[in-house]
Amino acid sequence: MSLVSIEAASSGGAPALPSRETLARAALAIAAGAAWLFFAFVTENWPDVGEWGRGPELALAAGGFGGALVFAGLLGGFFPRGAERLRRYTPWLLALGLFFTLWQATTAKFALLPQPFFPPPHALVEVFADDWPKLWESVVASIRLELLGFVAGALAGFVVGVSLGWSRAFGYWVHPVMRLIGPMPSIAWLPIAFFAFPSSFSASIFLIGLTTGFPVAVLTWSGVASVNAAYYDVARTLGASRAFLIFKVAIPAALPHVFVGLFMGLGASFAVLVTAEMMGVKAGLGFYLQWAQGWASYANMYAALLVMSLMCSGLITLLFRLRDRLLSWQKAEVQW
Amino acid sequence: MVSLAHDISTVPGVEIAVKDVSHRFDLEGAPLPVLDRVNFTAQRGEFVALLGPSGCGKSTLLRLVAGLEPPTQGGITANGEPIAGPDPSRVVVFQDPTLFPWRNVRDNVALGLEAQGLLKLRGARVEETLLLVGLEDFAKAFPHQLSGGMAQRVALARALVNDPDLLILDEPLGKLDSLTRLSMQGEIVNLWRRAGFTVLLVTHDIEEALLMATRVIVFSERPASIKADIAIDKPYPRHRDDPDLVARRREILGLLGLDASW
Ligand SMILES: Nc1ncnc2c1ncn2[C@@H]1O[C@H](COP(=O)(O)OP(=O)(O)O)[C@@H](O)[C@H]1O
Ligand SMILES: [Mg+2]
Repeated sequence: MSLVSIEAASSGGAPALPSRETLARAALAIAAGAAWLFFAFVTENWPDVGEWGRGPELALAAGGFGGALVFAGLLGGFFPRGAERLRRYTPWLLALGLFFTLWQATTAKFALLPQPFFPPPHALVEVFADDWPKLWESVVASIRLELLGFVAGALAGFVVGVSLGWSRAFGYWVHPVMRLIGPMPSIAWLPIAFFAFPSSFSASIFLIGLTTGFPVAVLTWSGVASVNAAYYDVARTLGASRAFLIFKVAIPAALPHVFVGLFMGLGASFAVLVTAEMMGVKAGLGFYLQWAQGWASYANMYAALLVMSLMCSGLITLLFRLRDRLLSWQKAEVQW
Repeated sequence: MVSLAHDISTVPGVEIAVKDVSHRFDLEGAPLPVLDRVNFTAQRGEFVALLGPSGCGKSTLLRLVAGLEPPTQGGITANGEPIAGPDPSRVVVFQDPTLFPWRNVRDNVALGLEAQGLLKLRGARVEETLLLVGLEDFAKAFPHQLSGGMAQRVALARALVNDPDLLILDEPLGKLDSLTRLSMQGEIVNLWRRAGFTVLLVTHDIEEALLMATRVIVFSERPASIKADIAIDKPYPRHRDDPDLVARRREILGLLGLDASW
């Protein structure tokens, strides 16, 4: 087998047999490549039961990718470092290749899944290829609305939380209001908010802010309240002012709690974002989904869902990065 | 009581006078008397050890001297001035180092200067103090990366960087292993002899008190009152098997009602 000779050549003359690991690594890469090649073959050569564009392009891309994987598997012996890195992805690539083949077969080729509700892969490719300007526009609109609402809500929640933890008078007035309004889903305000605000856009910022602000306020508050009293004693004996106690002791000590609130708030705010876009804001991915449904363009809906999940995941990742940066003093926690 | 190591007129320490101090806590409605008419004066530059059974009120007394709380009755003065609140000239090292986990070693040590707005002016003191406690190589480490002894050294440096007149030590070595403890006892005595501040040290370790202090005050059970005030006129370094110290230890054990068990 050629692999053996490749391995032997790479190990500097001595004709050692490739290790079990090397063989398994190569086999996985080749299998993954084969799955993608098969996917390309099915896409190109089996006849479609309906009309979907961009089949040949998808087949070409999948075939190229599969070929590259097979090639990488064969040459892996020469580049152990690169092969090791690729090894991390090959099980997933293999599974994806099989999944795409199955998806292709059950939709475009045999229509086992009810049509037109389950479009084939190349229908999605067609959406991305032809409708990307509108999708891109929707993503930008969604991110803009989400960030405006999230940042405003997070700031307000943070300030409210710190004030609740620090000031009795503030707590007396704000705590009951927060207990009454906080737990209610912000979406319930939606009909009123669309009337009360000058535009559905500003109403949505308010709703997203409200959704984010509540968990941030509660967790910031509990974080500030649970700061080890000994920290204050230490700081006071060293000459700390009240401002120093708030900004240099209470807030840094509460920051891990604050981030829990931010994660909860961000997660919850996505639901409000999409709902608000579906209900009134004439832009964004939620609106795109709504619009695609109106035209019964199922491929567009799946494409929008995919983009939406990437966007949400990306925003969560950004928040994790921020946390890792600000809380680098903590022992390593979960890796997102 | 005059300290052996210093000439009173030149030392930078402070005279702390505790006058008729009684203190009560409110424990679920019922008053809990903790200090009972405590009277003593620590002279400038003196190293006073406070010994007493656990829970008798030693830490409470230190909190009052630090100005963290006002006493229920009586008064405490520093160089004749009533103590109204905390002041960076009187710093505390607690049993737990209570370093700020979000600050590295250097920034923890710099805390006092930063809080007082003196960091620009006296920032060099931070490096000097780190050198003094032997932690210059760990300036960038975070508290969770330190051993117990190192963390307590940082806490000591965080106090010393303010050039205090009074160093208040509340069982600072209580949680350390015995070897680290021995070496840090020597270090603290050396620091004190060099700088000349006044020290109030709470400890539950009689030997530690006898090895370090110029004077040992023994407290009763709660509510704490002074049972004995013993001068230790011995030069440093001291040895634990010095017959005088052994005799003193027996005496103190007797005062604490523990002579039978030794
Ligand atoms: N903030 C407080 N509130 C109520 N009781 C307290 C408080 N602080 C200390 N005490 C009580 O006062 C007594 C003396 O405590 P402390 O001064 O810490 O003793 P120790 O001599 O061991 O340092 C203990 O019984 C303790 O429970
Ligand atoms: Mg104590």
